[in-house]
This record gives sequence, C-alpha cells and structure tokens, in this order.
Amino acid sequence: MSSTKYILGHFEDPDDMMHGIDKLQENNIGIYDVFTPMPIHGIEAKLGVKRSRLPIAAFCFGITGTFTAFSMIYYMLVYDWPMNIGGKPSFAFPDFIPIMFEMTVLFCAFGMVGTFFFANHLFPGRAPRVMDLQATSDRFVIAIDAKANPFPDKIDGLLKEAGAVEIKHNDRKYVSYE
Amino acid sequence: MGTHDNHTHNFTQEFEFTGKAKTWSLIAIVVGVLAIAFGLYTNAERTFANLLLMSYYFTCVCAAGLFFICLQYVAQAGWSAGLLRIPEAFAKVLPIASVILIIVAASGLLTHNLYHHWHQEGITEVGNPNYDPIIAGKASYLNMPFFLTRMVLLLGIYSIFARVITKFSNNEDLEGGLSSYKKNFKFAIIFLIIFGFTTPLWAFDTIMSLEAHWFSTMFGWYNFAAMWVSGLCTITLTVILLKKSGYMTWINENHLHDLGKFIFAFSIFWTYVWFSQFLLIYYANIPEETVYFYKRWEPAYKPWFWVNIVINFLAPILILMTRDSKRQMNTLMFVCIMLLCGHWLDYYMMIMPGTVAEHRGFGIIEIGTALGFAGLFTFLMLTQLSKKSLVSSNHPFLQESLHHHI
Repeated sequence: MSSTKYILGHFEDPDDMMHGIDKLQENNIGIYDVFTPMPIHGIEAKLGVKRSRLPIAAFCFGITGTFTAFSMIYYMLVYDWPMNIGGKPSFAFPDFIPIMFEMTVLFCAFGMVGTFFFANHLFPGRAPRVMDLQATSDRFVIAIDAKANPFPDKIDGLLKEAGAVEIKHNDRKYVSYE
Repeated sequence: MGTHDNHTHNFTQEFEFTGKAKTWSLIAIVVGVLAIAFGLYTNAERTFANLLLMSYYFTCVCAAGLFFICLQYVAQAGWSAGLLRIPEAFAKVLPIASVILIIVAASGLLTHNLYHHWHQEGITEVGNPNYDPIIAGKASYLNMPFFLTRMVLLLGIYSIFARVITKFSNNEDLEGGLSSYKKNFKFAIIFLIIFGFTTPLWAFDTIMSLEAHWFSTMFGWYNFAAMWVSGLCTITLTVILLKKSGYMTWINENHLHDLGKFIFAFSIFWTYVWFSQFLLIYYANIPEETVYFYKRWEPAYKPWFWVNIVINFLAPILILMTRDSKRQMNTLMFVCIMLLCGHWLDYYMMIMPGTVAEHRGFGIIEIGTALGFAGLFTFLMLTQLSKKSLVSSNHPFLQESLHHHI
C-alpha cells in the first residue's frame, strides 16, 4: 500500500483540464476537487458541485438584523424612555424603518463575511491551506483522492493522455504558505 | 448547460404580426375609443385624468425602452445584445406616444379639465377673486406657453434620440462593422445625461403640477423609478410572450434571470424613493407638505395607498427573492403583469387625488382607457417589431449574449 494520499494532475490549459475531467468521469474515477486560477463557466455543473447556501444564511442574518433593530428601538423609544418628538406618538413606525434597514444591511454583510471565512477556514493568524501552490498562479489542477480510487497508474495514464504537464503524488493533503 | 451548447439559431427570423395578437390589440383599441367617447360624454374631467394617466404611462414605458438601450450601450453590456430589438421597438413608438401625451396635456389644459389648479382666469392678478398668491409666485415657471414649450421640447428631444439610436442599430444590420456601435455609444451617453436631468422636470410638469401648491424634489426620481420598473416589466413580458410563441430561441433562463434581477432591484429602488419622499414629509410635518398624503389618506384612497405598497414592494421582493423564481418563465410573467397593474395603481394614486379627488371611480372609463392604451401600445410596438429581424446579427456582443451564463 503506497503512502500517496492525493494525486494532483497539473494542466496548463483549461480546455485540456476540462477534457481531463471528462476522461476521469468516463472511467468512474471520483474527483476530489479542482483548482483553477480563474473562474471557469460551467465547471460546477460538470463536477456536480452543489449551489452555495450563502444566500440562505444572508437572509437569516438580514432578518435577525431587522428584528434586532426593531426590538432595540421599541425598547428605547416606546417602553423604556418615551419622548415627545415633534408631537408624534412614541411608536412612530416610519421613523424606525431607516434604522431597521441599515441594521439589516449591517448584519447581513458582516454575517456573510463571517460565514464565508468560517466555511473556508480563513481567519487572522491562520495559514491558508492549499493543495498546490501553483494552482493559485498559472496551473489548472485536478485533485483525486488516492485512497478512494485504486489503480494510480491508470489515473496517471488518463491524466497524461488528457494533456497533463505534471503529475504529483502527495503524501500530505495540504501544503501551506511558510 | 447554457455555455457550451451549439444550437443553431435563426437570426434572420422576423416576427409576424398576425392572428390573435393583432385581433385582440385592435379590439382593445376599439374598446378604448368607445370607453373614452362614453367618458367624455358623461364625465369629462375623470376621463381626462384617465387619459393623462394612460398616455403618461404609455410614453414612460416607451422612454424606458430607449433608456434601457442606452444603458446597455454605455455599460457595454453583452448579455442583453440578443434582446435589444424589443426595447428598440418601444423606442420607435416613442414619437407617437409623445404626440399623444402632448395632445392630451394640451387639450386638458385648454379645456380646463386638467391643470386648472394653476391655469385659471385671473389666478395671478392681484385683486381678482381667483387670485392665488402661491400660484402667482410660481407663474414664471407654471404658465401655459412655457409649460407646452417644455413638454414639446423634452419629448421632442427624447423622440429624436429614439430615432437616431434605432437608425444606427438598423445601419449595423446593413453595413456591419463597429462604426454604428461606436456612434450609438456616443449618442447613448449624451441621451442619458439629458434624460437624467430632464425626467424630473417632465414628471413635475405632467403629474406634480396637478397639485401646484405642493412640491417635492423627490417626485422626479419617484416617477423615474416607476417608469423604469414598468418599462423593465414590459420588456420582460414581451420577451416571455415571444418565447412562448416560439420566437427568440437564443434567449434562455439566464437572460430572464438578469431581467428578473433588474425588476427585483428596481422595485426596491421604487420603494426607497417612495419612502424617502414619505418619511421626510411625515417627519417634518409641515402642513403645506403633508397635504399630499392627507389627501391620499382620505377614506376614498386609504386602502389603495396600502395596496400600492404591498403590490409594488412586498409582493415582488418576496416572490423574486429566490434564484429559481427569476429563472421560471411563468413566475416572472406573473410578477411582470402584477407590477404593471401595480404601477397603474401607483400613477392612479399620483393623479386622481389632485384631479377628481373624492369623486374618484373605477369603472368603464378606467378599465376602457387602460385597455385602449395597452392595445395601442401592443399594436404599434409589434408593428415596429415585425419590420426587422428579431436580433441585430451584427451586434459586436451577440456572441457574448448567446453564451451568457450565470
């Protein structure tokens, strides 16, 4: 049993890489992930990547902000310390709306940034984890889980055939920026 | 998958304006003419208010079509290249719509059915029983010759731009190359600047001066938002109906998604300006400003005041929020029709309290006039649309539009 954990196929051309994905899929080899230095249209559909649930999180954060603002203003201006402002009733709802709107936006924006960082393991002091450093500059990389897919030679052959310029057998999942 | 398919599209396809669409639009025009004739005979003032409403709505939708084209040129947008012929057909109808609006406004003004709040015998003469000091103070702007000059000038300029920009788009079909596109880019910039500064004046004159004592600087943008949303809805509805009849195979759910996003965003923008106007007036609570909402808070209008917000804000924001609803043709079509009715109500709430006030109605005159103008718009627009192929096949961004994928 080899100690290879992941097989990484490097491509210099995105079309070759797309071709490589087709080849692997035809041979029922599961692809762990694909890393590209630029967005490629249609790749999510090809790999069967599920749609992000970030919009749902955004909605939840937003609505939390709306209710936080409403409760806060209601407590301050209606319940705790009612004041006469321009002779209006304390519960002057139109005046609440701008603040409710702003708090919705604030909660939504911060919440989304936080969720994104959390989901991607990005926070201050954390060295970013990448499977291959060149995938962030000029290489298109297909990663295959070697433990789940037997016959590494066959995988190498398929990647080569599709036009891979380099094939790496990594014992560790991540390399980190040092 | 929208990106890598290799459909063959028939770009020389032309819309054939026959059959049901033609019959029903002509029937609607006849119904409209009959209703207007009946209305003029029974209740001229209410009919004129309705004529103003619908001719303004009609002109606004056509102007929004021209605005849409110019926006796409200035942004150098690629996604919309495949559907630009539809707003172009709107823009080609703009000169006719402008003439109708000018005739309605001028005849309403001269017969004292509209704008009598500032246009009366002796209203600016000190000592006259009709004397109104506020109107007298505004008379240097609000007087008949200047009012009509402004109206003709503004709508004339818009119409000229509509002619020029659609002409260059036609030239593009005949000659190819980039020169037409570059010229239209330049004209689009000039038009957007002129349009941006003058639409508030157009709205102030046509609608706000019905209640000439009151004024709001937000009113122009509020009207612009209503115009833009209703224009986008009409464009989307036309695209969907054409697709349903088997035309425009190159338009897919990605283009509809973008149009849906536009409708969603600008429905919120409409609410934003509506509320900005409302909140300032509510907060300051100055009698000469609150009179506008006081009138719309009378029992005759109060329920519709709320319906207006629900239909133009709450409904689109909740229905169009998810991605799927924007990509489903039927949902989007429902929202478009709803918003078109909603903005009719919006204009109704702008116009009626200042003209017929508590004698407002909803009956043969309202429905008939609305149907008549809808039919007239459909007839004229589809006639223009059927004259050219449904896509400008030499448009430099056409390929980008075909491969649009979001």
